[in-house]
Amino acid sequence: MNWTAIGVTCKLATLTSLTLLIIGLPIAYWLTYSKWRWKFLIESIVALPLVLPPTVLGFYILIAIGPHSPIGRFYTDLVGHPLPFSFQGLLLASILYSLPFAVQPFATAFEQVDRKLIEASWTLGLSKLKTFFKLILPLSTAGLITGVVLSFAHTLGEFGVVLMVGGNIEGVTRTVSIEIYDEVQALNYATAAKTSALLLLVSYAVLLLVYAMNRRVWSVWPQK
Amino acid sequence: MATEIALNIRKIFVGHAVITAQLRLPLTPPSVTILFGPSGSGKTTILRCLAGLEQPEAGTILCNGQIWFDAATHVHVPPQARGLGYMAQDYALFPNYTVEGNIAYGLSGLSVQEKQARVSEALSLLQIKQLAQQKPTQLSGGQQQRVALARAIARRPQLLLLDEPLSALDAPTRTKLCEDLRMLLTRLAIPSVVVTHDWTEALALGDQMAVIDEGHVLQTGKPQEVFSQPINADVARVVGIETVVHGRIREIRDELATVQVGPVPVIAVASPGLESDVFVCIRAEDVTLELAGSSETSARNHLRGTVQTVTSLGALVQVTINCGFLLTALVTRSAHSELRLAINSDVRAAFKAGSVHLIPRR
Repeated sequence: MNWTAIGVTCKLATLTSLTLLIIGLPIAYWLTYSKWRWKFLIESIVALPLVLPPTVLGFYILIAIGPHSPIGRFYTDLVGHPLPFSFQGLLLASILYSLPFAVQPFATAFEQVDRKLIEASWTLGLSKLKTFFKLILPLSTAGLITGVVLSFAHTLGEFGVVLMVGGNIEGVTRTVSIEIYDEVQALNYATAAKTSALLLLVSYAVLLLVYAMNRRVWSVWPQK
Repeated sequence: MATEIALNIRKIFVGHAVITAQLRLPLTPPSVTILFGPSGSGKTTILRCLAGLEQPEAGTILCNGQIWFDAATHVHVPPQARGLGYMAQDYALFPNYTVEGNIAYGLSGLSVQEKQARVSEALSLLQIKQLAQQKPTQLSGGQQQRVALARAIARRPQLLLLDEPLSALDAPTRTKLCEDLRMLLTRLAIPSVVVTHDWTEALALGDQMAVIDEGHVLQTGKPQEVFSQPINADVARVVGIETVVHGRIREIRDELATVQVGPVPVIAVASPGLESDVFVCIRAEDVTLELAGSSETSARNHLRGTVQTVTSLGALVQVTINCGFLLTALVTRSAHSELRLAINSDVRAAFKAGSVHLIPRR
């Protein structure tokens, strides 16, 4: 087994799920409590990675961060090397790709917090922000863990986006799923089988954790 | 500075009713204001507008001269800044905190000592010290209500808003807690607005009340006056109880109470926990009229009196009789003509001891 690839994958998945915990919370909060009538437009964009082929998503990210885009030029001027085919570029792509897997469990959890509890908190003088940290967040722990774990697991197995944005650079962007593909291409079935079994076991363990936490049928989208 | 709430609002629910309420409620403590009406009448919405949880489409809400809401100038003081104690119908206790944690929840601005002092004060005021470390799910309905009240009063609010404070409880608990609630509200001397659809609660708790139906305020006044002198047929239909008079219990024997109402004694079935002062309540349809001198019946109360007013209500006739106090009876049109019930004619009113509701009032 290629332990370098496993290391890269674990690092990528950990950073992705932690970043999603930080940026996913405000997005999920806004999606749950906003009364904006065009909210569904944003909801659909957040959910897009669920249905979009990873290669398509990867293609657009590649264009967006490439040397011909303002973002890409800005990044290159700032850091000194381009974003595509770097670990940072791959991380950005992973975050976007796993966004719904974090945001939707968060939003589902927030939605299950009884509105009356939130109102009680307001009348007791707590601002919306304090209500979020003292009431909504503690009541949503199962959803938070689900979101973090699912985005972690989802990042472990991504392939299309990694190939498009990260390329296949040993020790930098070569992840486990690419490694398996390479081994099969090279007819090293035994190595591919070992790595595949590892990924299968990890994925199953992660889902076991999620189901045990929630003890109910897991739904990707908040129930209305 | 006037201690009063002045409310003049219009709230529209798309596809539902429109609420147009005008109210001016003096809040000289101890004052308990009842918003009384059937379910769906809009009383809870009015309370939620007072709490700032609901924004009317038009109008103004003023409390003690402060503008809480003004649609014209887009002023909306959020619930956090209104200095309220608000209690929702199902109490809305925070499941992730203990009883103590729930009560301390809104006291974040205070020092640790002050916080502890407030919590233990609220715990002892509601006699729930022994529950301090429990979680809300371990509590009975009555205990939950006490915790919710303790949480609401711990911040020393300038106004208490209680939405159906007793309706989530079973009947025996309700009677007991109703008296406790009245004593607590009197002792706290915090002006309170209480929403209820139960006329016994309105009488037992209220110093003043507003009758609300279909989004309108129909009548305001002292509960006893509103119940016994509804200004129109709509109010009479909503309140559903015609005779409400003050009484004083003389004795209780064999679970029957003898209550002195003005110059006459009235026999009533005694409910537990009665002390001296009560409201004596009798529905008009429970009162039978008979000619003086007729034979014995099973009714325990036979009161001689003279007819004061006669009002026709379709198939029925409403008759008020002065028998030491004003008693309202509802009889059929044929009974009315057989008994020749004219103004000032003598008549005897009869009603069973079981038809008399006694509501304790301290």
